[in-house]
Amino acid sequence: MTKSNLTRRGMLKTGAVTGAGVALPTIFTASSAAAFTNEPTGSSVTLGFNVPQTGPYADEGADELRAYELAVEHLNGGGDGGMMNTFSSKSLDGSGILGRKVEFVTGDTQTKSDAARASAKSMIEKDGAVMITGGSSSGVAIAVQGLCQEAGVIFMAGLTHSNDTTGKDKKANGFRHFFNGYMSGAALAPVLAARYGKDRRAYHLTADYTWGWTQQESIAAATEALGWQTVNNVLTPLAQTDFSSYVAPVLNSGADVLVLNHYGGNMVNSLTAAVQFGLREKQVNGKDFEIVVPLYSRLMAKGAGENVKGIFGSTNWHWSLTDEGSKAFVKSFGTKYGFPPSQAAHTCYVQTLLYADAVQRAGSHNPCAVAEALEGFEFDGLGNGPTLYRAEDHQCFKDVLVVKGKDNPTSEFDLLEIVEITPRAQVEYAADHPMFAGGSLGSCNPGA
Amino acid sequence: MDAILLQVLNGLDKGSAYALIALGLTLIFGTLGVVNFAHGALFMIGAFCSVTLQRILNASFETISETEKDFLGNPLKVKTPYVESWFGPEVGASIIDWSVPLAILFAIPIMIAIGFIMERGLIKHFYKRPHADQILVTFGLAIVLQEVIKAFFGANPIQTPAPDALSGVAQLGEGLGLQIAYPIWRLIYIAFALLIIGGVFAFLQFTTFGMVVRAGMADRETVGLLGIDIDKRFTTMFGLAAAVAGLAGVMYGPINAPNYHMGMDFLVLSFVVVVVGGMGSLPGAVLAGFILGILEAFASTTWATTTIPGINQIIIYLVAIIVLLTRPRGLMGKKGVMED
Repeated sequence: MTKSNLTRRGMLKTGAVTGAGVALPTIFTASSAAAFTNEPTGSSVTLGFNVPQTGPYADEGADELRAYELAVEHLNGGGDGGMMNTFSSKSLDGSGILGRKVEFVTGDTQTKSDAARASAKSMIEKDGAVMITGGSSSGVAIAVQGLCQEAGVIFMAGLTHSNDTTGKDKKANGFRHFFNGYMSGAALAPVLAARYGKDRRAYHLTADYTWGWTQQESIAAATEALGWQTVNNVLTPLAQTDFSSYVAPVLNSGADVLVLNHYGGNMVNSLTAAVQFGLREKQVNGKDFEIVVPLYSRLMAKGAGENVKGIFGSTNWHWSLTDEGSKAFVKSFGTKYGFPPSQAAHTCYVQTLLYADAVQRAGSHNPCAVAEALEGFEFDGLGNGPTLYRAEDHQCFKDVLVVKGKDNPTSEFDLLEIVEITPRAQVEYAADHPMFAGGSLGSCNPGA
Repeated sequence: MDAILLQVLNGLDKGSAYALIALGLTLIFGTLGVVNFAHGALFMIGAFCSVTLQRILNASFETISETEKDFLGNPLKVKTPYVESWFGPEVGASIIDWSVPLAILFAIPIMIAIGFIMERGLIKHFYKRPHADQILVTFGLAIVLQEVIKAFFGANPIQTPAPDALSGVAQLGEGLGLQIAYPIWRLIYIAFALLIIGGVFAFLQFTTFGMVVRAGMADRETVGLLGIDIDKRFTTMFGLAAAVAGLAGVMYGPINAPNYHMGMDFLVLSFVVVVVGGMGSLPGAVLAGFILGILEAFASTTWATTTIPGINQIIIYLVAIIVLLTRPRGLMGKKGVMED
């Protein structure tokens, strides 16, 4: 019979030492092996959808959210697969991203930069979001893009049209699929010159913030290059609701074209005021007076009602496109929700697929690996024809649509008709173009 | 000259909305002593009465088209409004076309009812509380009301166009050698505002009810001692003020498409109008509304914004500062109001 020396005190000491010994490598592993912010370790991966759920762009935000939910459903193998079936890259197979189920959290940007940054920060820090996407305003996109750069996560911009997003404010962790002000000008100006002639005098009303400034600069440059004169550019406060005081001086300015560099409620109200003042029935310089809205959105066109009829503008995408990708997306979205998607929904859906595909190809969620996979990536089948994600500025280059308010709409969605699909080559520009100068991508930040 | 007169008209147009809202605010403040920050929301609800009536008149039944397809390639569901089916296409279309003027009749009882419910249900409990409490609770109510409207109607603006016959442009001053083109509906809005303002003043001045209300505004306690239930009359005045704000909103719909936030856009400016006019002074509110509307219109001209950038944003507040420095009680304010 042997006598055991095991005592209660000795047992506790041994247990504590052993426990610390076992735990030590785990502690080190937990900190040193996280190569980037919010590296997924479980069976799921979380994406952060940061859209306006309250405020003036809440309807657009709701449509973005519908598109994101559809994209997540398709990535996880649900539904009919949508544009995953037409996407030229075949790395996505409906098994999530890198075999992990895709989950998501949402934030409310309120279309305010500070609120958008706060909601993105919360999704990154509290919910573990590995990518942030969404938004309906360039001011918000630029603010959130900066935050994602600092936090070390990828930002896939939603609807943002300012040149600055991929110009002076571009960031290595940020990517934009949506087109920009320069592209609107390059696509729209030749159509305007062909329809209205080259001897025109344009009066611009411009929303007084980054998007308005860069769009005005782009449209003025593109139209002036074709012979138009810009007689005036008046900056209007973003909070302006009644534009009568701004429209009235146009009548005596000698201008024969009014360019409304407005979006959302501003566009609805300024266009309504211009139509009320009879500008469209007016003759100036021996020509019919014309109104142009360079950036159109179907949701805003609905708000403007009858006033949009016959008015030219541009969009990133429209549900009436007949390519296979667009048809697949409209079918998926329309079947699920009962109405066609907006351009905001389209760009958000596409951005989610592009991110998932880049991770799949890179084999990692590491922002630097994802950025490398997206830079210079050529793809097709997502509704805009052959598209390039340019490495130098993280801007997508693709065809742009010139549209016109439809004279005889057949439904409440049938408000715009496509006048021209402007080929990508016509809207391309050098990475060091002066309108995009002043910033640099910097280097990717994996965080952690 | 044409440009100046055009901006005067723009100012009168904008001033009409300010004056109508400020008139209601002053009525409530003068009678009940309540600073009602939910008054802008009443303006917004009035505009949405018009949207609601438009939707009612556009209520439709669906028939399946045999030839046309929808966006998914399914047979198109063609919507036909019931009014067109009941009264024939032309009469039905005319009824829908005139939905904004018809909404005036629709809005009056609704707005009076909302005013009564607001006053009896919430605001009467705050009569004896400090003004700060009144401001907080009515501001909270305004936020609740606008979120309710957004939940039902969405965040996008919804067009409520003027009837076709009234949506053109009037050529003014041709006989005087002037060429002023001004939207007919905006001229109607100015005339409508003057009519409502005149009506309210006449009601207060020439009716027994109005006389009692004025007496109550001057000395509530004495009127009460005479055996008159002044509270009931003041509640009626709250309903009247709500109706004035609501009608201002109905008629404003064709000028700017209604959206859930439009009340807040006007609220702060209308308070400045009340303060400039003089707290509790009805003529002061109307006068200040028109003056500030005209000044704002001129401050938005290219010449003004080029000379002093940003002047269009600050002009109203600048004038308020100057008026309050030189006339602390406002243009037509009376001694003792909000001074205890």
